[in-house]
Amino acid sequence: MEVARPRVSLAQIFIVFTKVSLTSFGGGLSGWMYREFVEARGWFSDAEFLSSLAICQAMPGVNVVNLAVWLGFRLRGTLGAIVGFCAMIVPALIVIIPISIAYGYWGRYPAVHHALAGIAAAALALTLNMVSRVTVSAVRDAVTLAIVAIVFVGIGLLRWSMFELVVVVAPLSVAWAFYRQRAA
Amino acid sequence: MSWPLISLLLRVIVPLSFVTIGGGASIIADLERQSVSVNHWMTAGQFLDLFAISRAAPGPGSLLVSLIGFQVDGIVGAIVASLAIFVPTSAILYVLARIWRHYRDANWQQAVERGLAPVAAGLILAGVYSIFRIAEGGIMAWIVAIAAFAALRWLRFNPLALMALGGAIFAIVGIYWWPA
Repeated sequence: MEVARPRVSLAQIFIVFTKVSLTSFGGGLSGWMYREFVEARGWFSDAEFLSSLAICQAMPGVNVVNLAVWLGFRLRGTLGAIVGFCAMIVPALIVIIPISIAYGYWGRYPAVHHALAGIAAAALALTLNMVSRVTVSAVRDAVTLAIVAIVFVGIGLLRWSMFELVVVVAPLSVAWAFYRQRAA
Repeated sequence: MSWPLISLLLRVIVPLSFVTIGGGASIIADLERQSVSVNHWMTAGQFLDLFAISRAAPGPGSLLVSLIGFQVDGIVGAIVASLAIFVPTSAILYVLARIWRHYRDANWQQAVERGLAPVAAGLILAGVYSIFRIAEGGIMAWIVAIAAFAALRWLRFNPLALMALGGAIFAIVGIYWWPA
């Protein structure tokens, strides 16, 4: 399900991944990626982005770094993967070390602490934006709606182990998609 | 820079990189044990500070590992720790991406991608819910998040401007209503 996309240059990959990495205060990285790659640039379809996210969450490794390697590879092969990986980590590393030194001076002021919590709350808007759009595109029928609901209730509300639930539900969901594909 | 320190960092962090399933949060407990109790690189209070910085600063939260490396052995330690946590699993994913591309026209792959989409949507929803549960500021965090979402979606606000606004609101409200 790859979309026909324009050829993306390595420089563009580096700039956009760096932008995402450096603006992801308080989490919401995958929400930023969705906004930049799917909404703003059309490099990936909703389905392609979501399935990539699921694969990267299931594999060992930090999700967003995995996603950078995976999406970078899809855009420009091996070099794209390397550029995506570096852009996600190196600029952020260069920024975080001075911040850690500054925190030693400013961290004891409560206003700093409150401001950080407020930034994190506003950053949730990006995740909400992504979730509102991708849920609509992922739900194709009653069965896929039930799958979304089971995963949400099981992991979000009942606090079941993510790994075990996904190991059971993902194959069922794939089998259903395969069946639908055959029937269509 | 010292080789014994570098090799110790590698021995502590590389094994942890393989158990970072579902984001970096799964390794924090063990990272704390190794940094504070086992190797005495820092006090528990220092570890908590580094944790707070890694959550608040831009970039993946797992840069906590890089900050620990920085604490242990300066810039070299930060670089070694970063490579140790990110490279092994990224290499695995790269191999998977190659295999995936090799079979990209197969029917099963379309079914896998289509079938994983609702699972991922459920995971993201659950993630949003758990962030709301632990968010500092209670109802205020909900209001700011939902207002920011509306402004982003329908008024086309810039996300960075919204974050700055959210930070300012919390700082002002926090000083008056939530005494530290």
